[in-house]
Amino acid sequence: MYATDEYADIEQKILNGERLTREDGIRLFNCHDIAWLGNMADMVRKKKCGDIVYYNVNCHVNLTNICTSHCKFCAFGKDKDSKGAYAFSIEEALNVVRDAKKDPNLAGLHVVSGLHPDWTFEDYLERLQALHNEFPELYLKGFTGVEITHFSKISGLSVEEVLKKLKAAGLKAIAGGGAEILSDRVRTELCPKKATADEWIEVARTAHKLGIKTNASMLYGHIETIEERVDHLIKLRDLQDETGGLQTFICFPFLPKNTELGKNVKQTSMWDDLRTMAISRLMLDNIKNIKAYWVMLTVPVAQIALGFGANDIDGTVHKETILHDAGATSPTALSEDHIIKIIRDAGRIPAACDCNFNILRRFD
Amino acid sequence: MRMKSKEAVELLNNGDPIEMGRAADAERRKRFDDTVTFIVDRNINYTNVCKNECRFCAFFRRKDHKDAYLLTNEEILAKVQETVDAGGTQLMIQGGLYPDLGLKYYEDMLKAIKSKYDITIHSFTATEIQHFAYQEGISILECLKRLQAAGLDSLPGGGAEILVDEVRKRVSPKKIMTDDWLHVMECAHSIGMESTATMVIGLGETMAQRIEHMDRIRQLQDKTGGFRAFISWTFQPHNTEMGGEKVSGWDYMRNLAMSRLYMDNIKHIQGSWVTQGERIGQLTLGFGADDLGSIMLEENVVRAAGTAYDMSINKMVEMIKGAGKKPAQRNTKYEILRRF
Repeated sequence: MYATDEYADIEQKILNGERLTREDGIRLFNCHDIAWLGNMADMVRKKKCGDIVYYNVNCHVNLTNICTSHCKFCAFGKDKDSKGAYAFSIEEALNVVRDAKKDPNLAGLHVVSGLHPDWTFEDYLERLQALHNEFPELYLKGFTGVEITHFSKISGLSVEEVLKKLKAAGLKAIAGGGAEILSDRVRTELCPKKATADEWIEVARTAHKLGIKTNASMLYGHIETIEERVDHLIKLRDLQDETGGLQTFICFPFLPKNTELGKNVKQTSMWDDLRTMAISRLMLDNIKNIKAYWVMLTVPVAQIALGFGANDIDGTVHKETILHDAGATSPTALSEDHIIKIIRDAGRIPAACDCNFNILRRFD
Repeated sequence: MRMKSKEAVELLNNGDPIEMGRAADAERRKRFDDTVTFIVDRNINYTNVCKNECRFCAFFRRKDHKDAYLLTNEEILAKVQETVDAGGTQLMIQGGLYPDLGLKYYEDMLKAIKSKYDITIHSFTATEIQHFAYQEGISILECLKRLQAAGLDSLPGGGAEILVDEVRKRVSPKKIMTDDWLHVMECAHSIGMESTATMVIGLGETMAQRIEHMDRIRQLQDKTGGFRAFISWTFQPHNTEMGGEKVSGWDYMRNLAMSRLYMDNIKHIQGSWVTQGERIGQLTLGFGADDLGSIMLEENVVRAAGTAYDMSINKMVEMIKGAGKKPAQRNTKYEILRRF
């Protein structure tokens, strides 16, 4: 079936700027006319965001890979006594950034970590504070809804109090990870030990109330149904209607390698990745930015995704580890020049931004 | 209405690749609905010795180099046997321009294969054909007739690169020029030997030169109708003298869509997962391609026998199904052998 006839009603809605329903979303996931989907998503992107593509010159700091969560889709988390397990001291965390600072354009940090069984909230907080003290010029984005829920539980503080302390220690934005699929059926099966769907949403809601912007993501291509993908998008859209605090949405295709779940699940196809990207742009009519995360998609696919609704290509990353443990074949870092070239080759305008999408430099 | 070259150049320079993809996909759909084909075949590179020394090539060796080789008929037949065992229906025998082999070497090779096996020989590029003819001191037409008599079924379209002499002189000055390539194809078509046509982008050519390339092929096709398919690749700079950067995914997709739109008289447009990777290979099926070429029985894969081979077919079938299309194995003439 082809879009021109089969999906004429949806096309009309998109042209009119009308909101798509859950049923529309489900139908779109059955649409194989990939160029039409891209065309629709690209049109919406252009209207909403123009031709600028955001990127950031950043460094990932993963404070520890020791994690009690044991999510079935993860190849990064380790037990304390496993080979390769690590937990950075304050000094070690600082050293990662000192190394990354050799790039004079380094503008920000992305700090996400495992749920360490022995660390207190203070342990995380003092590392964040130390990073902020030594590098006050670097914007700090970090901690997912999952980590913040965990901090609240281990400290006895409310989510709001945890967030206030993180903000006081220099945190400017909250990372989008940990949303996975916001369905308790999926979470019970894949990651029962961490934040539930409601808890994840509550962290975002509370952060927005405190004026902290957050990102959101979707990990797809494992055991979730199409309906669950669409419901996930709608949950985020509802939250955004309520608070307006979501900055960017990131599609994470599940990378099966080295994960428990990967024994039975194959990697998503290009077709699915681009379709999911385009549908996310179309369904999330109130979230401005859609990220094509090159680490997961690979660089050529991320570039093509810029034509399927994306206007954000993430960052230079410095040294990615979480996804490379799961067999990501992309490089572990990209140079800024390379990112600029990818964006330009796609006919768009590169703009370096901070973690709140304020433009630092643009290359018209 | 047929696309004019001026319009095509403008689109390649400034067109929206997704809109071009939609238009190309509509053309594909008209001709093939949802069927997407592939072939099971094997490449046999009988020698890596080549006097041409093209600057974009990482394969060739000089004759006295320690890695230089020339396969014997026995070695070739062993590879054919493996191909047949693995269910392959086509051989793509290609090699460098070995300086001093008579036409008999090639005729004997073809006869030896055909006497033992019922398999299609889709082999030798135009560059090799011209080289064979010159060495033998005969015309291209005569050379092709002798090879045809010995068992050559059809010609692959390699060696076309960019059919503009200005580009060829820069990247492969010793290789045949544009008119020579077209002449070989025209002679082949004239004796009922069909072929494919290819293109390599990323050699520093302009968009106008790309369209000139497509235009030369379109013109010859109007005359002979002998091109079955068109395949574009991207220059792989790694390990070559020329070096430089790979063309972007965007550029490849746009060029692919254009090849479907511009060459309205060529039936099959092949997407190249070999040079683009499986992921972009799959995407070509939404941008005008109706065929994904070969599953490429690599030497080690063939030797590893059954399972590895089944994996490859399964992977191909899944890739096509994942794009909402119906996979079908074809033969060299694009006749469908089986569906999945």
